[in-house]
Amino acid sequence: MNNLFTLLLLPLLTSVILAFIKEQRPAKYVALLLALLNFAATLPFLCLFQADASIQFQQQFDWITALNIRLHIGLDGISLPFVLLTNMLIPLIICTSYRRAVRPGMYALMSFMQVGLLLVFMSLDAFSFYVGWEAALIPIYFICALWGDGDRIRIHLKFFVYTFFGSLLMLLAIIYLGQQAGSYEWSTLKSLNLTAMEQAYIFWAFFIAFAIKIPIFPFHTWQPATYTHAPTTGTMLLAGIMLKMGIFGLVRWLLPLTPHAVHQYGSWVLILAIIGIVYASIIAIKQQDIKRLIAYSSIAHVGLIVAGIFSGSPQGLQGALLQMFNHGVSVVGLFFIMEILSTQLQTRNIQDFGGIATRAPRLAIVFLIILMGAIGLPLTNGFIGEFLLLIGVYKQGVWYAAFAGLTLIFGAVYMLRLYQKTMLGTLAPGASDFQDIKGMDFITLLLISAIVIFLGIFPGSLLQLSEAAVNQLLVDLSTVKSLY
Amino acid sequence: MAAIITLSLLAILVLYLGLYKAQKFLLPVSLIGLATAIGFLVRDWQLQAEPAYSGMILFDHFAIAFAILCIAVTAVLLLLIKGYFDDLSHHLAEYYSLLLFSLTGAILVTAYHNFALLFMGIEIMSVALYILVGIRKKDFASNEAALKYFIMGAFSTGFLLFGITLIYGASGSFDLAAIRDYVALGQLPMMFYGGVLLLIVGLLFKVGAAPFHFWTADVYEGAPILITAYMSTVVKIASFAALLRLFSYCFIPVSEFWTPLFLVISGLTLVIGNLSALVQVSFKRMLAYSSISHAGYLLFALVGSQDVAANSLFMYVTAYAVATVVAFGVLIIVKRTTGSDHFEAFNGLSKKNPLMSLLLTVAMLSLAGIPLTAGFIGKFMMFSSLMSGTHIALLVVAIINAAIGICYYLRVVIAMYFKPVENEQVFQVGINYYLVFIILGVVTLLLGIFPNSLLQLI
Repeated sequence: MNNLFTLLLLPLLTSVILAFIKEQRPAKYVALLLALLNFAATLPFLCLFQADASIQFQQQFDWITALNIRLHIGLDGISLPFVLLTNMLIPLIICTSYRRAVRPGMYALMSFMQVGLLLVFMSLDAFSFYVGWEAALIPIYFICALWGDGDRIRIHLKFFVYTFFGSLLMLLAIIYLGQQAGSYEWSTLKSLNLTAMEQAYIFWAFFIAFAIKIPIFPFHTWQPATYTHAPTTGTMLLAGIMLKMGIFGLVRWLLPLTPHAVHQYGSWVLILAIIGIVYASIIAIKQQDIKRLIAYSSIAHVGLIVAGIFSGSPQGLQGALLQMFNHGVSVVGLFFIMEILSTQLQTRNIQDFGGIATRAPRLAIVFLIILMGAIGLPLTNGFIGEFLLLIGVYKQGVWYAAFAGLTLIFGAVYMLRLYQKTMLGTLAPGASDFQDIKGMDFITLLLISAIVIFLGIFPGSLLQLSEAAVNQLLVDLSTVKSLY
Repeated sequence: MAAIITLSLLAILVLYLGLYKAQKFLLPVSLIGLATAIGFLVRDWQLQAEPAYSGMILFDHFAIAFAILCIAVTAVLLLLIKGYFDDLSHHLAEYYSLLLFSLTGAILVTAYHNFALLFMGIEIMSVALYILVGIRKKDFASNEAALKYFIMGAFSTGFLLFGITLIYGASGSFDLAAIRDYVALGQLPMMFYGGVLLLIVGLLFKVGAAPFHFWTADVYEGAPILITAYMSTVVKIASFAALLRLFSYCFIPVSEFWTPLFLVISGLTLVIGNLSALVQVSFKRMLAYSSISHAGYLLFALVGSQDVAANSLFMYVTAYAVATVVAFGVLIIVKRTTGSDHFEAFNGLSKKNPLMSLLLTVAMLSLAGIPLTAGFIGKFMMFSSLMSGTHIALLVVAIINAAIGICYYLRVVIAMYFKPVENEQVFQVGINYYLVFIILGVVTLLLGIFPNSLLQLI
């Protein structure tokens, strides 16, 4: 079972099977079962993985020989956390929909999206990377536009066109690289000798594609509306996994392919990321809609991750990988709690909540744990991640770190405000018959908070996977630096 | 050559079948005839290609591939006649016969090796179409379309003929090989360049590239849907094959003269086609403008790198034709049921007819160039060939337009999936329609995932 193609074929098969199940209940069971199977199939790779810088479990076959394209996949310390996150979050997200009415078609789309995501994370070939990148976009667009609310058609079309435009820029860069190298292999493209000018163009083409996906300020304008008006399952997929495609793209493709341009423009990106952190945090503080609040908080969090990636230090990069994992887990938890709250009170306005902790103590506790993780309190996962990221940014400059560090303060402000306004204070009139979480909802949230605490105490379990690969990447980068 | 004779005889035979009221035999006989023609062409594939009949015609791999594509698309369209034209008229044989005559012209256009034959091919192809466009005799729009098409077509033929004359005046020959040798010598007179310009104008009229596109939307909208489908696929395929053969075979030594021209026209066509398609309320008219914008992408084959041009063009037109036929096929059903060809007519289609909606969605994604569909490989090839020609400015225009394209291709998807059902009309879809949709849907996905065989064809 250690053929990496199983990880791609399983979800593909799942989505085909699910496409034919029309009833809601069996679809749920089958979806959860197959998603768990998929997660279980990931575990052997995790166990057999050697924590060094090599790319392991490589598989390939000739795909389009006319264009010299091979479907080439493999795992290394950088991609493994992403694959793990994807296959872990999909069953969790299915669990969150367990007690809710969800159309069976959504699970089929979700599994198809999983194929695209895994292809993105595992491919060592730029063409297959692009194919996966787009293949993930179609199902999430359908999920959002089919089951979203509000002005869903216009908002999600904007999202689609925006990201598609970014992808096309990336496609141009990939075509250019492919023609220069005569192949789309990652390793070949990496060893290509590009002039500073070429690197600059390719850097920006890739960067804009990734920046739209993540999103990095000022390419974030699609994000709050899309997150808010998507069905919560869709929002979890978008924030939990989809945006990681952009982060992964930065680490896997942008840094190694255009090292010179990264040295040249890295600080600009750093500044953009930090502006994004401050800007999104301030907006988050003023938000009344709790879904929008979490959406903006997500921009702030990923801003710090991007800043860490462009800090060019091992701590920054390691922190980025750890924090992207944490962010995925926390944001799914937060959106789920938001969903529980808003479905029971039929509102998302923060002013209409209050005092729910008295009615729902279990919810209050798991909410607090997940929230602490999002803020970055010691012994939760967010702490180590943000700590490493800030060390990384600090190495670039004190002022960068000073402004990026504002995220800790702002984060505490808007997150605690969220908690206080919803859980504490006097009981809101609409919340008098609030039902505490139970059954599958409770188990799901318990699992999420367990991961939050586990990674807070044993961050090394994740960090040791990527350490060697990150160091190798930085060595590659610095040798290039000395060349110029 | 046997293929052309087969097709001509077939068209006459079908006419006689109509005379003796043998309507049942029209479709089987036509399909058998088309299959025979394809068979002859496939047989010719291995033969050493040489210009035949004093250099009039050349069935090389290029011509055979495009000819087979034209015949196959026509065969698929003939399958759709049942359930469309038999409602409109009793003179069914006319449609078959005229379509087959037009197809014969299209084959000549793909395989010409002499300007005389190019001219004849275009005329045979067009004259049959003038009639077909106006075949709904009592319909005002159809008559308008026929008149417009005829006048514009006559004009463009005039330009073409004048261009051929000027080139003849300069080179002293109609033969492509002779003209090629003449061009290679250099020292060309002004008259020759004038001839090339007029040829470009004439041919671009036929493919509907800006700024010669004004007839397209009205004619496509006024013509019967099936004829529109034929015009926007077969006629386009043949005309582009003619363009590419002429420019990459004959005029390549003077490419610095015409490349800038095509760059500008291509960019213009993309922008005009896309922006106009964006504001349409009618699905049919949107498809008309989208076909203009695809003409823009197809022109990339001329200005891009020439070693992959033929294969890129073939891949692109195949993907485009397959998706377009599905789109028009679904439109036929929707129009027949709801009486409207606006986007609103598609509202809630996915709930009534999930399979058809899914296949139309695949077709739309293919037209938009999303990976895993044939359209993406086509776009990828076109962008690649343009990239190796280092026309970055046009590439940027192209990707902006591709992003705009998404908006209008998704409009029908949005209508089908995200809008509520408005009326309870039942869509009756004939088995022949399902057959065509499923086959073409599978072809779209197969070519999108395993395009290898097609990319090395020519």
